[in-house]
Amino acid sequence: MAETIHTKVLVIGGGPGGYVAAIRSGQLGLETVLVEAARLGGTCLNIGCIPSKAIIHVAGEFEAMAHAAKAPLHGIALKTAPAIDFAETVKWKDRVVKRLNTGVAALLKRAKVRVVQGWATFSDGKNCTVDTKDGPVTITAEHVILATGSVPVELPFLKFGGPVISSTEALSLATLPKTLVVVGAGYIGLELGIALRKLGVEVTVVEALDRILPLYDATLVAPVAKWLEKNGVTVHLSAHAKGMAKGKLNVELKDGKTIELAADNVLVTVGRKPATAGWGLENMAVDMAGAFVKIDDQCRTSMKNVWAIGDLAGEPMLEHKAAAQGHMVAEIVAGQKRRFDPASIPAVCFTEPEIVSAGLGPGDDAAKGDDVITALFPFAANGRALAMDAGDTGGFVRVLARKSDHRVLGIQAVGAHVSELSNAFSLALEMGAVLEDIAGTIHIHPTLGEAFHEAALRALGHAIHI
Amino acid sequence: MGRYVFKLPDVGEGTAEAEIVAWHVKVGDVIHEDQNLVDVMTDKATVEMTSPVSGKVVALNGAPGEMAAVGSALVELEVEGAGNVKANGGAPVKAVPAKAAAPKVEAKAPEAKPAPAEHANPAGMKAAFATRAEGDKPLASPAVRQRARDMGIELQYVPGSGPAGRIGHEDLDKYVASGGRSARGGGGSSYAQREGVEEVKVIGLRRKIAQKMQDSKRRIPHYAYIDEIDMTELEALRAHLNDTRRAGQPKLNVLPFLMRALVKVLPLYPQINARFDDEAGAVHRHAAVHIGIATQTANGLIVPVVRHAEARDIWDSASEVARVAALARDNKASTGDLTGSTITVTSLGALGGLATTPVINHPEVAIIGPNAIIERPVVRQGQIVVRKMMNLSSSFDHRVVDGYDAAAFIQKVKALLEHPATLFMD
Repeated sequence: MAETIHTKVLVIGGGPGGYVAAIRSGQLGLETVLVEAARLGGTCLNIGCIPSKAIIHVAGEFEAMAHAAKAPLHGIALKTAPAIDFAETVKWKDRVVKRLNTGVAALLKRAKVRVVQGWATFSDGKNCTVDTKDGPVTITAEHVILATGSVPVELPFLKFGGPVISSTEALSLATLPKTLVVVGAGYIGLELGIALRKLGVEVTVVEALDRILPLYDATLVAPVAKWLEKNGVTVHLSAHAKGMAKGKLNVELKDGKTIELAADNVLVTVGRKPATAGWGLENMAVDMAGAFVKIDDQCRTSMKNVWAIGDLAGEPMLEHKAAAQGHMVAEIVAGQKRRFDPASIPAVCFTEPEIVSAGLGPGDDAAKGDDVITALFPFAANGRALAMDAGDTGGFVRVLARKSDHRVLGIQAVGAHVSELSNAFSLALEMGAVLEDIAGTIHIHPTLGEAFHEAALRALGHAIHI
Repeated sequence: MGRYVFKLPDVGEGTAEAEIVAWHVKVGDVIHEDQNLVDVMTDKATVEMTSPVSGKVVALNGAPGEMAAVGSALVELEVEGAGNVKANGGAPVKAVPAKAAAPKVEAKAPEAKPAPAEHANPAGMKAAFATRAEGDKPLASPAVRQRARDMGIELQYVPGSGPAGRIGHEDLDKYVASGGRSARGGGGSSYAQREGVEEVKVIGLRRKIAQKMQDSKRRIPHYAYIDEIDMTELEALRAHLNDTRRAGQPKLNVLPFLMRALVKVLPLYPQINARFDDEAGAVHRHAAVHIGIATQTANGLIVPVVRHAEARDIWDSASEVARVAALARDNKASTGDLTGSTITVTSLGALGGLATTPVINHPEVAIIGPNAIIERPVVRQGQIVVRKMMNLSSSFDHRVVDGYDAAAFIQKVKALLEHPATLFMD
C-alpha cells in the first residue's frame, strides 16, 4: 500500500529556494517535507552557479599559464605550453558539487526535514503523489511551497541534442571542442564562452540584439567587450542563428548575408523559463503572471497557503532572490510578519572582467535627469588593482546618488574580482546609506573596495586619488 | 481736543447686558462717524454698534466673549471739540462689566489644555518628512524594517530623523511613544493617525445656544412622546397643491400642514401653548399661537418666530416660515423676529431620522419635531400595504403638562394629519 504523509509544510524542489525554505521551516519547528527528483541543490549548485565558477577558476589558471608559456609574465616563464584534460577538470568540479550536495543533505537532516526523492505530481493545491523508487508516496500538506525553478529555453530550430548544448552540458563536456558558437550573449553565454576561450577554444558569439549583456548599461559592459575583442572572440550583433547543417551553424548577419560558422558545439543560452510543466501546476488553480506563477509581496499565490518562490515566481531568476524568498515564506508560515521588500536584488556576471550591479543604473528612468549625481572611480587609479595586474581592463566603481539628499540609489562595478564587492554595495543600499556614510567609513588599504569609497568621495566632489 | 466715551446703549427689550462678539476697530485707529465699532449680542440678536462721532480710538473695554452692561463704557475716543466727558476728568473711564468675572475666568482658563506641542503641531511632523520625497519608499535598514513589521507599523508614516529621511530604531521608538499606532494584531493599518487639538472658544451665538440648552435641560423635566402618522393622504394632497399652485405661491413642505394642525388642536390644550415663568410660579397661557421655527444657520441654531400662526392659511404659513428663516440665515432677524414664541417646531427635513428627543425652547412648555417620511410596510385590515409613514416626536414640560394630556394632544394632531380634509374644516 502506498505511503501517505501528512505534513505542515511541503516544499517542492530542492534548489536554493526550496532547501532554504525547508531548513528555515525545520528550524522554526514546523514539520517539513522536501521533494526533489534529482540532486539536492538545484540548478545553482549542480548545473549553474557553482560548477560554472569552478570551470571559470580553472580557465583563469590555465590562461595565466598559457600566457607565461607564450612570453614571460611578470617574470614567470613556462618552457612548454600547459595541457588541459578537461575530463579531469569536470571530475574536480563534480567533487566540489558533490561536497555541497552532501552538505545540503546534512543541513536538511539537522533541521529535521524529511527529504523524499522523486517526481511530484499535484492533483490539487494541497495534495501530490511522488514517484519514488519504492513506489508512490501521497503527500498532503497544510502549506505548499513551490520552488521548481527554471529550465533553459530551447530554440525550435536548434533543439538541444548532439552538438547543440545548453549550459548544463557545457559544464560537463567530455572533451573540449575546438570551435564553439555561443548563441545568446547574456551572462550565462558569456561566462561560459569566456571560460572556454581561456581554455583555448575558438569562440564566436551570436546575439540577436545590438549589444552584449543587454541588461547592463553600455559603459559597464565596455570592458567585457574590450576583452572579447582582444582575445579573438568574434561577436556578431543583430545576428540570428538559423540552424545547424553539416557541423556548421548558419547565421544571418545584420546586413542580411548568411554565413556558416564552424561549430563543434553550439551553446544555446537565450534565456531560462520557469519550470511550470509536468508536475500538475494546472491542477492547483493558481493564477499566472505571464509564464510565471503570480505572487504577492509575501510570495502568496492566488491559492490559500500555496506559496511560490524563486525562478518559478518571476524575474530576476537569481539564487539569492530565491533563497531570501524561501527564508521569508518559512517565517510567514510560522506566524511571523514578513514581507519581501529588498532595497535591491544585486546581480553579478562572472565574465572577464566581472560585473556587479545593485540598485538603479544610469539606464533606469528613476535615475535619469539632473537630480542624480553619477560618479565613477577607475581601477586604473587603485593601487591594489594595479598590483594584481587588473588596472588596465577599463574597470571602475560607479555610484549614483540623489543630488538633493545624497541618498545612494545604485552602485555598479566592473573589474577583476568585483563580485566580492557586491555585498558592500547591497549593504549600503539596504541600510539606506547616503554618500556621506560611505565617505565616512574607513575602507581598508590596499583593497579594490577603496574604489567604492573614492567613488562616493568623487560624488561629493572631493575624491583624493583622482 | 476732547474725550468721548461710547457707552453700550440699551439694545432693546429690557436687555441688561450684551456680549461683545467682535471688535472692528483697535486702539489708535482714526474712525469716522457711523463706522462700525463692535458687534454685540443680546439674548436674541447680534447688533452692530456704530460710532456717533469721528475721532481716534484711545481705549477699548472688554474682549470678545465678555459681557458688557448696558451703560458701561465700551470705547473711548479722542475727538475734536469738547467730547462728552471732562478732559481733566483724568483717568479713562473704567469699564463696568456686568457679571464679568465669571465669563472672564471661563475665557482665560480653557478647560482642556492643548496637547504638548510635539503632538499637536502637525507642522513638526511635516518637517521630518520633508527630507523624503513623495512616493519614496521609506528609507530604513533591514533591522528597522523588520522591527516595524513585527510591531505592525507602516514605515511610511514614521518620520525619519536620519540623513535623507532615514528612519532609525530611535525614530520608531519615538513614533510609538508619541502614540503612533501599533496595530493590535493583523498586518497593521495603512491609515494615518491624526494629531492635534483645536481650541474653539464658546462665545457669541454658540455660547448663547449652549446657555439656552443648558438652561432648558436643567430646569425642565422633559417628557418625550413619539407616535407614527400615516402621511399618505396628506402627501397626496401636498403633491397636488404643489403641482397646481399659482404663480407667487410658495412650494409647500410638511411644515405648514403641521402648523395648521397645531393651531386647530392647541385651543383644546391651553396648557401646551404657554410660557412657564417658573421663578414667578405662573404659566402664561397664550391665545395667539406664535410658532418658533428652529432654523440652522451658518453660525448655529436660531429660532425665528411665525406670529399668529392661527390666523394664517397654508400658503401664508409657508411664506412666513420661508421669510423668517431667511432672515435668520442672513443674520438680519431683529429682536422682534426672534422673541415671543409660544411653541416651537423643529424639523430636520430630509435628515429627520426615525425619532428625536427635542429640547424645549424655554420658557415654552412644548416642542414638536416631525421626523422623516418613509415608505414602510404597514398592516391595514389584515393586509400588508406600503404607506408613507412619518414619526412625530415631541417633548413637553412635565411640570405643567401631564403625560396624558400630551399624548391626547399628539393623537389629535395625528388624526388631523391622517385625514387632511379635517385640517380645513371647522
